[in-house]
Amino acid sequence: MSEIVLQTKGLKKHFPITRGIVFQSKVGAVQAVDGVDLELRRGETLGIVGESGCGKSTLARLLVGLETPTAGEINVRGQDMTKLRGGDLRRARRNIQMVLQDPYTSLNPRMTVGDIIGEPFEIHTDVVPKGDRKARVRDLLDLVGLNPDHINRYPHQFSGGQRQRIGIARALALKPEIIVCDEPVSALDVSIQAQVINLLEGLQEELGLSYIFIAHDLSVVRHIADRVSVMYLGRVVETGRDLEIYEQPTHPYTQALLSAVPVPDPTLRGHRDQIVLEGDVPSPANPPSGCRFRTRCWKAQQKCTDEDPMLTLRPKSAHASACHFAEVRDVVHAVD
Amino acid sequence: MIMRDPAAVACLAYIALIVLMAVCAPLIVRISGWDPYEFDQSAIDPDLGGIPLTGGGRGWGGISGEHWLGVEPGSGRDIFARIVYGARASMLIALAATLLTTVLGVVFGLLAGYFGGRTDMVISRVMEFLMAFPALIFMIAVLSALPADDRQYLLVVVISVFGWPYLARLIRAQTMSLKQREFVEAARASGASRAQIVFVEILPNLRSTILVMVTMAVPGYIGTEAGLSFLGVGLVPPNPSWGQMIASSVSWYSVVPAYFLVPGTFLALLVLAFMVLGDRVRAAVDPGGLL
Repeated sequence: MSEIVLQTKGLKKHFPITRGIVFQSKVGAVQAVDGVDLELRRGETLGIVGESGCGKSTLARLLVGLETPTAGEINVRGQDMTKLRGGDLRRARRNIQMVLQDPYTSLNPRMTVGDIIGEPFEIHTDVVPKGDRKARVRDLLDLVGLNPDHINRYPHQFSGGQRQRIGIARALALKPEIIVCDEPVSALDVSIQAQVINLLEGLQEELGLSYIFIAHDLSVVRHIADRVSVMYLGRVVETGRDLEIYEQPTHPYTQALLSAVPVPDPTLRGHRDQIVLEGDVPSPANPPSGCRFRTRCWKAQQKCTDEDPMLTLRPKSAHASACHFAEVRDVVHAVD
Repeated sequence: MIMRDPAAVACLAYIALIVLMAVCAPLIVRISGWDPYEFDQSAIDPDLGGIPLTGGGRGWGGISGEHWLGVEPGSGRDIFARIVYGARASMLIALAATLLTTVLGVVFGLLAGYFGGRTDMVISRVMEFLMAFPALIFMIAVLSALPADDRQYLLVVVISVFGWPYLARLIRAQTMSLKQREFVEAARASGASRAQIVFVEILPNLRSTILVMVTMAVPGYIGTEAGLSFLGVGLVPPNPSWGQMIASSVSWYSVVPAYFLVPGTFLALLVLAFMVLGDRVRAAVDPGGLL
């Protein structure tokens, strides 16, 4: 196995809920991310899936340093990012860059493409000498499949897919090892999604990048990810290689999530094990005790209320699963 | 695009004319032959209380080849020269006040919008106080209490102090919305400093707002200056000012209406020209929202 490039330990982000204007008092906390352990190896893609509000985007923002974690460590190349300050932090950030979700708001409309992609060089002035910057920007445009002669155009002159390529070029500018993609294709047309995914895969092969790929589209994640982590209410509930997660899910939440994926084959419709969850996701400001999924789980017992299940290997689960009663249930294939 | 609009071109031409008049005032006055402080007793009729002489080649209000726009009743000072110098005072005060309000408004608006929290609270309360304050009464009180020399600087300062919150409030709101955009996040994620985010990412996106507010502010300040001078707390005689001329023409309006009409027309046209131009600029830079 290749070396680990990124590792988080017990990563937490709690947003305080305050009351009062002049004299603010803390009345609670939204536990957006609550104890996430991840490992990312060189050249690997880790997919993170989960429904809206489960903390995927907050996790991404923590990893690139847009939010300061409440607790926990983010280790990149043996350095804990959360402890770095000033110049050291700025240098460490070069190594972990981000591709944002919406290509329409993620590019400054008043800047040319050359300025947008070259901006990281203005911030990290010691990476590329001033005279070489323009050439480097042209190389980057070429790398992501855009015409280098379009360097002086403005973002509104490009289509959504091209804009996302510009976003990718910007993320690549500082030659990072890790790229965090926060729903990079969910704002694009399906036909364009494939192009961008293929570009990301090609770049990974060419440059040996590691991706954290966040999405709510399970089929996109299945296509690109080597390993998958499933999140629910700020925690990882199941993690494993993509085949393990998709073919042999052991956590009830993962099973429910996968059973909701539409089937392209109409003859299989209705012959599949469909799990319909009841109720809503509990508030992250007041999560349930013990297992967080127990309020919607059909397997829930007293043990689930009393004891918080660890994300670990289980007797009936070959990969880590945070369920006391983890058991394989095939929800993807037809059962007659 | 703005150059193809006849109204905008006419407004620009008029503004250019007034600016030229203001800049070259001493030269123009030398050509016209009368300086603004010079009394011409031969142009007025002392038996009739000093109304401008008419007849004998002189038109309405004493307009003649010698005095292009007539003479001031009572003193016989050349109105054209006083209009030219008045334009100078008017433009200088309006432009300086606009510059100062823009700087104050942009800086405080950016600070309040970007940093939020306590900074925003302090700046917003100050703005609300200034906007709720009876500014005109305060201006009259302050200006009449303070010494009259260097009145123009005082005018600029007083107008700006009460003017900046209107721009700052707009800038604050736009900054608050801009800083949530993903491109600001992207810059932060690549490690940009606060100054880089504010000046490279946010400020260029405020350009059209600032431009429109500035073209709308200039006529407002021209009007304010004229109004204060009219009330006798602006520029003090013998310094010429359009507002002051209108004020002194009030007692003559039935006998010498030209004295009232000339500065009134210049002032009204200048304010109108800036207003129309501001509107056209807004339409040109902001065709249905930002890009």
